Parts: sequence; structure tokens; C-alpha cells
Amino acid sequence: MTMPPTLLARAGFRAPGTEDFQWPAIWTIHLDGFTLEINRTALLMILAAVAVLVLFLIAFRRPRVVPRGAQNLVEVGVDFVRRQIILEVIGRDGLRFLPYLTTLFFFIFFANVLEIVPGINFPATSRMALPAFLAILSWLLFNWVGIRSQGLGRYLRNTILPPGIPWPLYFLIAPIEFVSTLIVRPVTLSVRLLANMIAGHLILAVFFLGTVYLIERPATAVFAVPAFVMAVALVGFELIVALLQAYIFTILTAVYLAGALEPEH
Amino acid sequence: MDLTAPVLAAINGNLNVLGYGLGALGPGIGLGFLIGKALEGIARQPEAAGQVRTTMFIGLAFVEALALFGFVLAFARS
Repeated sequence: MTMPPTLLARAGFRAPGTEDFQWPAIWTIHLDGFTLEINRTALLMILAAVAVLVLFLIAFRRPRVVPRGAQNLVEVGVDFVRRQIILEVIGRDGLRFLPYLTTLFFFIFFANVLEIVPGINFPATSRMALPAFLAILSWLLFNWVGIRSQGLGRYLRNTILPPGIPWPLYFLIAPIEFVSTLIVRPVTLSVRLLANMIAGHLILAVFFLGTVYLIERPATAVFAVPAFVMAVALVGFELIVALLQAYIFTILTAVYLAGALEPEH
Repeated sequence: MDLTAPVLAAINGNLNVLGYGLGALGPGIGLGFLIGKALEGIARQPEAAGQVRTTMFIGLAFVEALALFGFVLAFARS
């Protein structure tokens, strides 16, 4: 994989910034109206999708009653989504969303964890395209589920005008509820994932590039040691963040689905 | 590259960085309250730990969102 030009041509220490997230196009496909560019981020998305696919194929191609190896590992993940997310948040009613939520959880985790895979070191979720797409998908799903299970009118009424409030307050509540449910939800869902991954990538870049910069100069070589220790510790931290963000994205989708299935009372 | 040159620390950038620092303040306090209270709840009633933890993570996501908006907006206009 190619290195970004900013990493190689760095003379002094320059703090990593937004340009470290921009990759040149590898293939350009010209269609009549627009051009389609495949860059490193797009390749990493495909890699994450293929990794999830291969993992599940290996695990469940020949499932056994007593699981071993890969099947054991993936079953822990599926069981986690089933128990800790669906049964905890939605209840038995939500088990039909198990395929979607499991896919979401594993795919986001794999796209995140690319951040600390040696040789790749770039999370596919640190560009807006992927988080935004996933958030729009979840947004469409919970609205569709709400309309299907309650009917359009009742769903909108329960969303915008929650029952049990004195009527004059509706002038205040209705716009807030409308904006928070239909606009803020998908935005926060995607921005949360994006910002966590950007922050993680930046902080890893700061410490690893800082180590290299400090070790090159005799006067500062001593300080390279704590910088490197911190960098290694942050790799472990980013693994937790990758898992936590996948969990939070999935559990919030489950919370929104639960809200759409049953109105609050 | 001249490796004998003295190391000079320079700060350049803009006020967005300060804005992010201020933006992290509120969510920092919020996370402290949130996780502290959740721990207190679990300590008082360990059998409710699962439910408390799930709710804590959901709340954590909402509190954290504010700090992350500050972080993203610090880059948006840099």
C-alpha cells in the first residue's frame, strides 16, 4: 500500500492533520456524468467486508454442536449481540434484527480495527462515507420498523408528540422531538464513530511520528522512550475504542429500534 | 536534515484548539458523574449490574457526542 506523501516528505515535526486522511485515487473510472475513484479508503472498506464474510464462512460453513476454533470465537460475538444488546434493550421481539445488528457490529469492528493492524494503520471508518452510510441505513430501518409496526400516523404522533404532557408544552416539545429523532440521531450516530476514529488515528500518528522525530536528534533521544511507551499503550487503548464504538453504534441502533417498535408511555 | 540544530518549540494554529479544549470540559464532567453514579448503582445493587451497564453505555454515547462535535468542528474550520 502507498504511503501518503505527507508522511514521507516531512522535514521537521509537523503535527498530523486532516491531510493525513486524504488518499490519491488508485483507479479512476469515468462514467458519463461523474467520475468514480477507488482510493485506499475504498479498498479498506472492501477488505473489512471480505474479512467479515470469510470469518463467518469459516465459522459456520460446517457448524458443530460443540463449537471449536473460529466457530467458538464468532459464536461469542453473536451471543454477545443477542444477549447484551437485543435481549437487554429490545427484548425477545427484537431477535429478528439479530442478522442486521450482528453484521453491523462485526463490520464496524473490523473497519475500526484496521487502525491498529500493522501495515494498514488506517481505519476505514475515519472517512465520513462509511459511518454516514451505516447511519442512514439504521435511520431508514428504524423509521421503516416504526411505520410498519405502528402505522405512519401513529408513529409520527408518538415520535413528535409524546403522550402524557400538558398540551401547551407541545409547542416547545414537538420541534425538539422532531429534530432530535429525525435529524440529530443519524448525525450523531455517524459523527460519533467518525470522530472517535479520526481522533484515534491522529493520536497514534502524533506519538509514533513524535518518537521518530525525537530519536533522530541526540538532544532529545531520551524523550523518545516515554513517547514510544505511550504510543504502544495507545495501540491497546485504540483496540478497546474500536470494540466500544462498534458496540455503541449497534446498541444505539437497537435503542432506536426499540423506540420505534413500542411508543414510550 | 540538520540534526545538530537546536530544537525549537513553536505553536502555530488557531483558536479552534482552545474551543475544543472548552468543548471537552462539559462532557468530561458529565462522564465523571455518569460513570461514578453507575458504579455507585452497581455497588449498591450488584444484581442490576447488567442493566445499569447497558444504560451507562447508552448515556456515555450521548455525553461523548458533545465533545466529539467540538473535536470535529475544530478541524472543520482549521
